[in-house]
Amino acid sequence: MQEEIVKGTSLWKDAWKRLLKNKLAVFGLIVVVLMALICFLGPIILEGLTGIAPDYVPKDSDLVKSFPPSAQHWMGTDDLGRDLFARVLQGGRISLMVGIISTIVSLIVGVSYGAIAGYFGGRIDNFMMRVVDLLYSIPYILIVIVLLNSFGGNNAPAVVKAFSDLFGGGQGMNQIFMLFFAIGFISWLTMARVVRGQILSLKNQEFVLAAKATGVSTGRIIFRHLVPNVLGPVIVYATLTIPQVMLSEAFLSFLGIGVQAPYASWGSLANEGIKNISMFPWQLIFPGVTMALTLFSLNFLGDGLRDALDPQTRKF
Amino acid sequence: MFSFIVRRLLIIIPMALLVVTVTWGLIRLAPGNFYSSEKKLPPAIEENIKKKYGLDKPFYQQYLIMMGNVLRLDFGDSLKYEGQSVNQIISRHFPYSATLGLFAYLLALVIGLASGYISALKQNSGWDYASMSLAMLGQSVPSFVIGPILVIIFALGIYIFPPARAGGFMNYVLPVITLSAIYAAYIARLTRAGMVEVLRSDYIRTARAKGLSETRVLLRHALKGGLIPVVSYTGPALAALLAGTVVVERIFAMPGLGNIFIQSIFNRDEPLTLGIVAFLSILIMVFNLLVDISYAFLDPRIRYE
Repeated sequence: MQEEIVKGTSLWKDAWKRLLKNKLAVFGLIVVVLMALICFLGPIILEGLTGIAPDYVPKDSDLVKSFPPSAQHWMGTDDLGRDLFARVLQGGRISLMVGIISTIVSLIVGVSYGAIAGYFGGRIDNFMMRVVDLLYSIPYILIVIVLLNSFGGNNAPAVVKAFSDLFGGGQGMNQIFMLFFAIGFISWLTMARVVRGQILSLKNQEFVLAAKATGVSTGRIIFRHLVPNVLGPVIVYATLTIPQVMLSEAFLSFLGIGVQAPYASWGSLANEGIKNISMFPWQLIFPGVTMALTLFSLNFLGDGLRDALDPQTRKF
Repeated sequence: MFSFIVRRLLIIIPMALLVVTVTWGLIRLAPGNFYSSEKKLPPAIEENIKKKYGLDKPFYQQYLIMMGNVLRLDFGDSLKYEGQSVNQIISRHFPYSATLGLFAYLLALVIGLASGYISALKQNSGWDYASMSLAMLGQSVPSFVIGPILVIIFALGIYIFPPARAGGFMNYVLPVITLSAIYAAYIARLTRAGMVEVLRSDYIRTARAKGLSETRVLLRHALKGGLIPVVSYTGPALAALLAGTVVVERIFAMPGLGNIFIQSIFNRDEPLTLGIVAFLSILIMVFNLLVDISYAFLDPRIRYE
């Protein structure tokens, strides 16, 4: 009788172990988790402690309402006298949500597109990849503006509205969620290329032939047999997509295309801050540095994940 | 090689036309018109405007007229800047963007290549960790943070460089540094990764075994191979550089093409948008072709039929 069972280590367990050995990646993971917790719970705690809501506007009619950081306002106040720390936390929610939602959208589109092109090959593949090349050379800002103009606000598709209703709904929320989807729709191109390349090298293997022989449908072969096998590179690339989409959102909001007042994201806060840069530099520096710290940690985490899941191609 | 180049050059024309078509479709898909930002017009005047710009014709005719103009490389007059042709506007504003982008890319290339190369030669040394952490930082700090911080220090704190606007050489220093940071970071990481792989490869061992001097091995043989990932990054980087200059142009109040492009989309200035899109897409495709050609020089194993 054998009491002890020898446990095999799965790919995922192995990867997790390797990830934990990478100090920089662990640092990144901790900062990202902390940042998410602070942004999602922070405003409530801050309101409980100090009684300052993110949209609180002081009643006195001082000429200057921008105050430098103090014990009461840790990051100072913005030009309407609102507590900047509360605004940065509130903006962090939207910035982090962009990272998650836009990446999921680009993941779904990119993986399906790449998998279909790679599996069918030949002419279909050629055509689909030329479409990707074409989309690469269209300025993405144009696509985002058109999507936001045509399908933003009240014209949002049902899917977008359903998501936005989870967070209170309304025209402003619809617009923000449409922005998330629009950024996702412009970020799937490289993912499609990565997945296509992987599928091309997998589709001639025996397990696919076996699936075909037993009469499994094409859709099932692609999404149940092939896609799970490319999950490693997909996860790696998705982690690296998160900081990219967050930067895209920040740039769009900085240009005034993305998140609109009264909502805030780190990009739109920086956009407001840059107007007062010579007088009240903290209004730009705090949201900017918070964003930089988050992206820094996400990049380290992404690199660590790549090394952990794909130890052969260790690139710095 | 020659026929490859000719074939690729010929593909650029239909591709550019396709890009213009899709862009035109996107512009028409968005609600509103270039005159709709003004107050509501009386129907008779609206009719006249439509007639003047050919908007009363059927959709396919408008498309054919537009394509005819594009093929003759004549995009017509801007709808917002009256009396100025699209070609004039592009040739007036593009030099600013080009100077900015080109110098930023050169600076990024010099810094990125040097630090990545030294990092790869001295793997896991203090220099390696320091420069790679710095590269990660450069990749994570958005340009709208780097730029203003540079302005606060070097333009408002100690006055060395002017804080904004185009002018002489001094005006370009801060924007070029701001724009190049992220590219320098990427190039440093790519160079290091590429060089680390090349230094382990067989042909480097062969070169050493032949008794070549170490400098010759590193500079002539290794650097060429290690450059390939950097070169493949150049195409997409250039595309991003042309679009990404918008933010830097905005921070430093530069009259570049990026800002004009964004404005043209907001103004629904269709000829100007189409003209800039056609111009940029051709530019990007030509650079991608140059990248593909340079592979053949860097890696003798690559041949084009």
